Formats: sequence, structure tokens, C-alpha cells
Amino acid sequence: MTALLETPPAVRTTAKPPGHRGGTAGRILGYALLIVLSLLVMIPFAWMVSSSLKQNNEVFTVPIQWIPAEFRWDNFSVIWDRIPLWTYLGNSMLLSVSVTALQVLTGSFAAYGFAKIRFPGRDALFLAYIATIAVPWQAYMVPQYIIMQKLGLVDTHLSLILLQAFGAFGVFLMRQYYLTIPDELSEAARLDGLSEYGIWARVILPLSKPALASLALLTFVNTWNDYMGPFIYLTSNDLWTVQIGLRAFVGLYDAEYAMIMTGSVISVVPILVVFLLGQRYFVQGIATSGLK
Amino acid sequence: MASLTRRRTTLVGWSFILPNFIGFAALTLVPVVAALALSFMEWDSYSSPEWVGLANFERMWNNATFWVALTNTCYYALGHIPLTLVAALGLAMLLNRPLRGVGLFRTALFFPYVTSLVAVAVVWNMLFSPDLGPVNQFLRAVGVDHPPGWTTSSDWSMPAVILTSVWRDMGYYMVLYLAGLQTIPAELYEAAKVDGAGRWARFRHITLPSLRPTTFFVVIMLTISSFKVFDLVQVMTEGGPGRSTLVLSQLIFREGITQGRFGYSSAISMVLFVIVLLVTLIQFRLQQRSER
Repeated sequence: MTALLETPPAVRTTAKPPGHRGGTAGRILGYALLIVLSLLVMIPFAWMVSSSLKQNNEVFTVPIQWIPAEFRWDNFSVIWDRIPLWTYLGNSMLLSVSVTALQVLTGSFAAYGFAKIRFPGRDALFLAYIATIAVPWQAYMVPQYIIMQKLGLVDTHLSLILLQAFGAFGVFLMRQYYLTIPDELSEAARLDGLSEYGIWARVILPLSKPALASLALLTFVNTWNDYMGPFIYLTSNDLWTVQIGLRAFVGLYDAEYAMIMTGSVISVVPILVVFLLGQRYFVQGIATSGLK
Repeated sequence: MASLTRRRTTLVGWSFILPNFIGFAALTLVPVVAALALSFMEWDSYSSPEWVGLANFERMWNNATFWVALTNTCYYALGHIPLTLVAALGLAMLLNRPLRGVGLFRTALFFPYVTSLVAVAVVWNMLFSPDLGPVNQFLRAVGVDHPPGWTTSSDWSMPAVILTSVWRDMGYYMVLYLAGLQTIPAELYEAAKVDGAGRWARFRHITLPSLRPTTFFVVIMLTISSFKVFDLVQVMTEGGPGRSTLVLSQLIFREGITQGRFGYSSAISMVLFVIVLLVTLIQFRLQQRSER
């Protein structure tokens, strides 16, 4: 989990950015620089897409041929026979959806306890959550592995779901958001006779949709893209995720350049769709993490 | 009566936290503590655990591979942290103005961070191919007669990994810097302009100091992520060629999970943890001093 310590109150955009009255020359220069940099950043993707539609021997032509001489669309149908991509995609989807659902559900539930209910030991407990965020996962992955081994869960999807669903991250993110919701709201609901569970479900959850969306998107993307977890825990081919499957394909067929690029494109498309649909929440969740 | 409601509140509070806490305690809190304990034990998959004091650390101290991995990890961090920071700040400065199509640029620059790491690593590996790869094609075109062998050369493999990681991560930290920049009141810049401060002076005396909390956060996040780097090296070079890109988390994985030397690998993971902790504490100190 890379995106830690995030707090999601809406990004302030009131302050005018500096340099908004910069000269025309400066503006044009800025534009030019941005266009060049964006293109540079996107070049690997352009090359990936272009190569995925070529024949193997066309991938490394000098100079680079950006538009294939002949579009090999059938790369995109052949690859499904070469590796069990449907299985991999299905596994990735299963893991990402379960982890996200659990993270959002238990995270927001626990966050309510931490943010809105006062009881002894609460703050010490929360400190334990925070402290573990700063400990690199690599520092305790071996004890985790031993536990999973004892439970007989190595080489199952359940191990990865359990490992990633109860992280401190979701609790922290949601708690920070709940703190920005005035206590008067829950007080009023209490006077109206709602139980604490009712307040969470009917008052707080509806109010925290943007934060829930941020958390869900960040978790989904992180789980989908995770390599190390599945790499360590999943040894059976039929349990592999797209990331592991793609890496294995590259290892086996390292000269099939075009097909490797085709696989890469397919592994990126689902996450591209998710990202573009929820881009606003995604960026917002990260953007505010540096503030307070 | 009062104590009864208080006990009830405590129960309700715990009931909110419990669903998450059970998973968190069993799979994060316990392993974190266990990692520390394990580092003082001799334990592998065949024998039962035995307390051996500092023996694991002694063995580590005398082990050349450990020092290689530690050096490589520091090399990676020293390249990744400053380059990503400068690139992210530069991009944020460029984007923090009312330009047409800002959203498009931001998405383009941020996109590498969202795409799956395996695809990214696979594509960059091909871009870096020594003979016909586009990177070296370009270098030859601009007059470099003998461009480096990148991931196939033990001198250039780490730079290749660092470049790829900067390309991937800068968009993420750019978003953090953009959020930081937007909290700087425009009046500060107006006042400085009236006082005749040039562009550079405004950057040095207003932008940089105002961004200090963001930079503090960014450096800590970059430090944590640098020292636990795994996925990128594993997919791009598998630690090679030779041991040229072997990093601490790979060593922990190999010793602890592949070889089943739980105690020894936990000792290495303690080193990783202490480094991250120290760097974070030093950062906190510096931050506090600069605020005084």
C-alpha cells in the first residue's frame, strides 16, 4: 500500500495560483514544456500500444515505426489461447473487489468508533493503527507468512484477502474524514432516538460518499496492481492474478515481443477504465493526504 | 447509572472497531511484534524456535550479500528520492496555473502511477534493450556511440530501475505538491511583487517555505517507499545482473520465505525497519527545528 496517511476534506481551490499574470512568453514556454513533458511520459504507452499491433520482427525496427505496416489485430485474439487470461482477470477482479468491499466496510465502521464515540483506551488503540502504517510491510511479511502457513491458507485467495482487507489505512482515512463532520449532527440524531449503528448507517455514511469513493478507488487500484502479495502467496497457476500471469508469460516467451505488449495492454485496460471513471475521487484522495 | 451508560458506550465503541481490529491485530499487530522477537531466535521451517540473542545480527554483519543489498537499497533511495521530488515539484509548478487543458496534462502525467507495475516494468525493459531498444536508438541518434547496456549491465541496471521508478512515481507526488501549492495565499505573491521580488525570489522566499510541510510529508513517503522497493526490481531485473540490483526486501523474501530461515530474515527486516524509523525521526527533528 503506497498511498498512506490520507485525509480527504475537499481540496481547496480558492487561492489563485501564482504566476497567473505571467507574461505571454512565459505562458507559451510553460505550455510548450508541459506538452513536451506529457508526451515524453506517454511515449512508453504509445510504444506499447503500437507494438501490440505489430509482428514480432517489427517491434524493434530502426527507426521506430509508430504506425504498424500491417495492423495485427489478431494478436488480441490469439493471446487468449496462449495464456489463461480470463482466469487471471477473474482472479484479479475477485481479489480487488473483496479486498475493497471489506476495507471500505470494516474501515468506515471502525472509523466511526474512533471518531465519534469516546471510551477508555480508544486513543491508545488508534495509535497502534497509526504506528503500523509507518512500519514497512517487508519488515513483518515473514511472520505473516508463518501465520498463513499455520492456518493452511498459503496458495489460496483467502490469504491475500485477509492480509489486505484489514489494513490500518482505510480506518485512518475514514476517521480523518469523519472528524470533519460536526458532532452536532450525530448529537441531533441521538436525541431523535437513533442508535449509534443507525447514525453510522443513515447519517455518517451518506455524508462520506466522496471519502468512501476515494478509499474504494485507491484500494481497488492498489490491489489490482499488487505484485508482491500474489507473488509470495500464490503458486498455483489457476489462482494467479493478471500481474503474475503476465510476468510468467514474459519469462516463458521472452522473444514474443508483440504478444507481450498485447498482454500488457490487456492488463492495463481494466484499471484505465476504473481510473478514468473515478479520477476525481482518486486524485482527491491523494491530493489531500499532504495536508495536515 | 452513570457508570452503566459509560460501560455501555465502551461496549458500543468496541463493537464498531472489533470487525476491523480482529483482522488487524491477528495479521498486522501480532506479526509486527513477532518480527522483533523472531530476529533474536533461530528458527527455520524444520526446527523449533530457539532464543539465540544477537547471533542472527552477527551472521548478518559478516555476510557479504547483506551488505550488497543494503548498499543497493541506499543507492536506490539516494537516486529515487531527490529525482522524484524535484520532478514532482517542477511538474506541480508548471501545472499550477490557469492553463487550458490542465486536467488533460494532469491525467497524462499521473497515468504511469495508476498503470500496473508489471506492464510498466515489462515495457521499460524492452525500451532499455541494449541493441535495438528505443532508448539506445535515441541515444545513438544524438551522438552517444556506445550507449549503456541498462538492465543487462551491472553498472547501469540500478540507474535503469531508478529512471523507471521516477517516471512512474512523479505524478503521484506532483498531486501532493499541487495540493500544497493551492494552500499558498495569492496575496503573498502580490505583496512580494509590489516589493519588486522577481520570479526566483518569490519561489525561494514564498513557495519553498510554504511548501515545507508538504515536502516533509513527501520525503517521508518517498523514504518509506524507497526502502521497501520490491516489485519493480523483481520484475525488471530479479535483483541482477549478478547482485547489482538486489535490495533488502528481496533478501528478506529469499531468506525468509524461499529458504525458510525465519529468524535470520527477521533480523534483516529489523534493519529495514530501523532505517525507515531513523530517517523519519530525523525528518521530524528537522521539521520541528525549522518551525521554531
